[in-house]
Amino acid sequence: MALLSRRTDLPFERDDSSRYLPWLTAFMVFLASLTLAGVFALSDLASTWDKGLSETLTVQLPAGEDERTDERRAAAAIKILEAAEGVEEVTLLPPRQVRDLLKPWLGAAADASRLPLPQIIDVEIDRDGIPALATLTEQLRRAVPGAAVDDHGAWMSGFLRALRSAEAIGVLIFLLVGVATAGTIVFTTRAGLGVHREVIEVMHLTGAHDRYIAAQFAVRSMMLGLRGAAMGISSAAMVLIALGVLVEFQGFGVLPGVDLSLGAWIAVVLLLPATGLLAWLTARITVLRSLARMV
Amino acid sequence: MDEIVRFQTVGLRYGMGPEVLQDLSFTLTPGSFHFLTGESGAGKSSLMRLMYLAKKPTRGSVSLFGRDIASLRHDDYPTLRRRIGVVFQEFRLLSHQTAFDNVALPLRVSGMREKEIKKHVEELLTWVGLEENMAAWPETLSGGQQQRVAIARAVIAQPRLLLADEPTGNVDDRIAARLLHLFEELNRLGTTVVIATHNKSLISSSLHPIMHLDGGRLSIEDRESEPAATVETLPRLGRL
Ligand SMILES: Nc1ncnc2c1ncn2[C@@H]1O[C@H](COP(=O)(O)OP(=O)(O)OP(=O)(O)O)[C@@H](O)[C@H]1O
Ligand SMILES: [Mg+2]
Repeated sequence: MALLSRRTDLPFERDDSSRYLPWLTAFMVFLASLTLAGVFALSDLASTWDKGLSETLTVQLPAGEDERTDERRAAAAIKILEAAEGVEEVTLLPPRQVRDLLKPWLGAAADASRLPLPQIIDVEIDRDGIPALATLTEQLRRAVPGAAVDDHGAWMSGFLRALRSAEAIGVLIFLLVGVATAGTIVFTTRAGLGVHREVIEVMHLTGAHDRYIAAQFAVRSMMLGLRGAAMGISSAAMVLIALGVLVEFQGFGVLPGVDLSLGAWIAVVLLLPATGLLAWLTARITVLRSLARMV
Repeated sequence: MDEIVRFQTVGLRYGMGPEVLQDLSFTLTPGSFHFLTGESGAGKSSLMRLMYLAKKPTRGSVSLFGRDIASLRHDDYPTLRRRIGVVFQEFRLLSHQTAFDNVALPLRVSGMREKEIKKHVEELLTWVGLEENMAAWPETLSGGQQQRVAIARAVIAQPRLLLADEPTGNVDDRIAARLLHLFEELNRLGTTVVIATHNKSLISSSLHPIMHLDGGRLSIEDRESEPAATVETLPRLGRL
């Protein structure tokens, strides 16, 4: 690439002031990658749960003494639910699925088919025409003593709000890391301007435009930024993969949205060109602004 | 444009120090050739700095190529500086670049293509007798060789105004004569030349007028005829 292999008039390779820039950038990009991945994970989690749970009710029927009782209770509850206004779909979860749901809490014991399991009915509701919950619960209790209705929407909205604020904090941290990176580049570039003062003056006196000088600083800064970003992103990717494996291994995989989505990975990888661009632009602006004050 | 450089009652001081140049008024017309003399510390380099836009006068006005430099915008400087070639007294070669790259600098900053640059630079370096030293680092060159690199850099872009500060201080008379010949060659092609020098034999080898600095004041001696026309209109300077 001609742009990148271009020779420079400024002796950057003799310049100690930028030696730590790639490492600092690597650290910043590492933080930014993890934050970004976190934000994406939270956002995925929030939207999954938002969609999946806020439009459902769960009705729990206590386990009966035998299968016949269970069937009768389920039939009675379903009949009441289907009749209720605002209810769109009623699904009785098969025992196998109930067992899977309980596995994280009960462990292997959940597999024992002798264990009496409660019955769970998923109820999809139309949020605009919410059924009168109190009445519905009352009706169900009368038909099946001990029946319980969980309205996920109620506690989900609180939970979702917490998720969204965590997300916002993540975005804020991400932006702050970006600002800190830009600040580091500004200081490094200023130091470079000081180091190369004499060469810059000679370039000026031979008729170099500020743009010409700034371009050399900008390309240099971009290369250092890219190098740092590559280091930061690859370390972050290793951490994220390790984390994913760990989560999988611990069996938390059933929680929805914990795996990083493709979008999150793409965003993390896009930090590479973004860092390059930030480094290029920051250095360029810094040099142009400083040189504008020189004669 | 009938004047390359025009000074009107120019004064210059460094910081809070005394005026090192006082009431300088003169005009350099296109194609003129002047020697600039004066004792060490007389202000020759300072006068050069004003002419190559490294300093602004502390009073009076300086015009270059018909433009008052007080009215220049930041972006105008490169355009004017590209018309001016400078041989600095202390060379100011870029130590991290080869002789070739040093000479190529003015062409590169003005955006010339590398292929053409190569042709021009090699030709000129050969002319000043440095064909063997193109890839050499400045610090490995002798004082005289460095000086010739500096001169080559000053003239490579065929400037309209050439300012050379002690360009023959480190070379023997034979090379000095050759360099003077180079300057005269450029001058014949239309370049206005000012050479600051202590070199008596260089000065006496030709009849170019002499600008003399003494006590911060300037006088001009025209050796071909009576005092130069520009001086007549500026009575303050008629000191010779
Ligand atoms: N950067 C500077 N800061 C302060 N004073 C300076 C500076 N440069 C030159 N001077 C002063 O200005 C005066 C003129 O200096 P200048 O270098 O112009 O003399 P010169 O004629 O070129 O001398 P030389 O023949 O030794 O090169 C001197 O008194 C010097 O001390
Ligand atoms: Mg001097």
